[in-house]
Amino acid sequence: MPDVTVLASSGDQMVAEAFRQANPDVLPVYPITPQTIIVEEFDKFVAQGKVHTEFVPVESEHSAMAAAIGASAAGARTVTATASQGLAYMWEELYVAAGMRLPIVMANANRALSAPINIHGDHSDIMGCRDTGWIMYFAENAQEAYDDTLMAFRVAEHPDVMLPVATTLDGFITSHALERCELLDDETVAAFVGEYKPERSLLDTDNPNSFGMFANLGNFYMETKLAMRKAMEGSLDIIKSVGKEFEAVSGRPFEVVKTYGTEDAERVIVVMGSSIGNVRHVAKQLRAKGEKVGVVGLRVFRPFPSNELVAALKDAKAIAVMDRCETVGGQGGPLWQETAAALQSVGITTPTRDYMYGLGGADVTVQLIEEIFEDLKTLEADKAAGKVADVTYKGNR
Amino acid sequence: MANIKQLSELPQRLSPGHSMCGGCGATIAVRQILMGAGKTPVVCSAATGCLEVSTTTFPFTSWEGGFIHNTFQSSAATMSGVEAAFRGLKRAGKIPADKDIKFVAFGGDGGTYDIGLQALSGALERGHDFLYVCYDNGAYMNTGIQRSGATPYSAWTTTSEVGDAVPGKRHFEKDLTSIVAAHHIPYAAQASISNWNDLVTKATKAMDIDGPTFLNVLAPCPRGWRVPFDQAVEIAKLGVQTNYWPLYEVENDVWKLTENRRKLPIEDFLRPQGRFRHLFKPGNEHLIKEFQTNVDRHYAYLQARVAGSEAYKDALEEAGLPLISDDGLALESGSVQPFQQ
Repeated sequence: MPDVTVLASSGDQMVAEAFRQANPDVLPVYPITPQTIIVEEFDKFVAQGKVHTEFVPVESEHSAMAAAIGASAAGARTVTATASQGLAYMWEELYVAAGMRLPIVMANANRALSAPINIHGDHSDIMGCRDTGWIMYFAENAQEAYDDTLMAFRVAEHPDVMLPVATTLDGFITSHALERCELLDDETVAAFVGEYKPERSLLDTDNPNSFGMFANLGNFYMETKLAMRKAMEGSLDIIKSVGKEFEAVSGRPFEVVKTYGTEDAERVIVVMGSSIGNVRHVAKQLRAKGEKVGVVGLRVFRPFPSNELVAALKDAKAIAVMDRCETVGGQGGPLWQETAAALQSVGITTPTRDYMYGLGGADVTVQLIEEIFEDLKTLEADKAAGKVADVTYKGNR
Repeated sequence: MANIKQLSELPQRLSPGHSMCGGCGATIAVRQILMGAGKTPVVCSAATGCLEVSTTTFPFTSWEGGFIHNTFQSSAATMSGVEAAFRGLKRAGKIPADKDIKFVAFGGDGGTYDIGLQALSGALERGHDFLYVCYDNGAYMNTGIQRSGATPYSAWTTTSEVGDAVPGKRHFEKDLTSIVAAHHIPYAAQASISNWNDLVTKATKAMDIDGPTFLNVLAPCPRGWRVPFDQAVEIAKLGVQTNYWPLYEVENDVWKLTENRRKLPIEDFLRPQGRFRHLFKPGNEHLIKEFQTNVDRHYAYLQARVAGSEAYKDALEEAGLPLISDDGLALESGSVQPFQQ
């Protein structure tokens, strides 16, 4: 059995510990709130000689991801971390990292995007990257942020995947708040994470490779995209099997879609990130009063776990999706879009409604969640009356 | 000093068969510079641009060694990651400690003077051990001859058009080499494809130094400069001989002009180029005069830096201070002398 240290820790600190235990070869990084604790803690490990990592304090997030791409192409286990404007600034590089099939691991402290400037947690930044080809985990709490980060190396570096992985934690709520966390011992983690053995490397001077080539002619560009789609789709099984392996090591269950009460729930909320716990708390209280409510929380958003989600929602009578990212002018937030499409694809016509909540760190209260469960009672009648299920704002002034 | 017979026996690092234009200055620059590595393996990066798209059309590559292209502005940042990996993997014992690789990052003037300047500055400040080469053809040639921060005063480009109201580019070019030199790196130099011996000598010197080094190389684009395809080297030579492109080096903050040049009037450089045709219309003499004034003023500036370097060396000697490379500090980032906390 592994030695487990129980500690009070922030999510950022747990991510830094996971990075230390994975002992990356290169970590290029630029500071941004609310990711900074990760950088600071990791740099302490560097200064103390606890890692062999080459720490590259770059001059921007664009260069952070550019340097990560160079390092990963050179065969190094490479990690970085960012948030918000920083993630937006490295956006074009995210496509390059995925397109070159580089297994970079990045933590993102999910945060709102300007304007107006706001440093608090929402999913605007990470959702702007949802189509870049990165696998994406959403941690519910600091413990999951640690667990996801360790699993990410196994998934990213798996020969059948070779895609970058973003492990995300909600800004401040998960990145900064102290929670009870369990830290596995270094040997157990080292054995679980293993060593990265790149198939190709820029530094293999006997077998030189060109990276980032010009695929302008024929249909090579489409072929690379198809190969990425297949690798991304196939990664779900690998995410699950790595999760089960980690479950055996840590004793903590791993599911890509976490359910509560869905076995008999008529009204269900779909939600991601730190709010899963809030919704589960309210659902528990309502179920104690005999109300048939349930919760579906996604731990993995890319690849989108459609089958698992549909299985969890198939018996619901009304479904609320809570989105923490505006898609101004769109039909609904990203999580609602994906959920509605997944249901539609198997012919399920259960009424759904998208709830916009918690933008820029707006409070997610018990009352807010109760209102959503209450709303769902009228959803079917609204639909029968021909009322379009518009995006509904919750928790605004 | 480079010996042309020995150079001819060195391995070719950039294979023929690429689709760069005939007479392109950039490919001449790349081939000459990579000769500076001798027989040591080289890993290169390039910014988005002619050099990258024309040499790596999938599934073919002209690069005999490792090569990476990332984005337009990221050649320096990408190479800093590659070089960091080399050190990180050595420290981890995953690469033999005695393995030697030369790292060279290429960018055009658009990717260096403009969009990539920040990434270059950051990489220089962090002390990565690689040579950055700007192949300067004075415009965004890959996208069809648009003006950059390196485009000469009054030149025609497709975004510094010549018309009744505007006589070409209204601004003088950025002094990139001085900007780089201000990072106080061990070695920065300006060179030209026309002066192969000077260029290869500088490339060798730069690659032998442990730490960040920089070459700004005049690499004419016949398409953009509106000269015949067999005139790239000739027009570069005139650029040097008219002092449009003085050859010099800055080694440990000591400035030195590196070629005895024939001083020709700037018209000799401008006249053969279609991009300056409007300067020679009657009534536009003032534009040539302004151009000449700027060239002369910049040359005077360089001469003053050379003279000032003598004073600088004297001052260091008087104060008992070493030149920047001589104390071994800040050259190999990550290496620190033993110390007590």
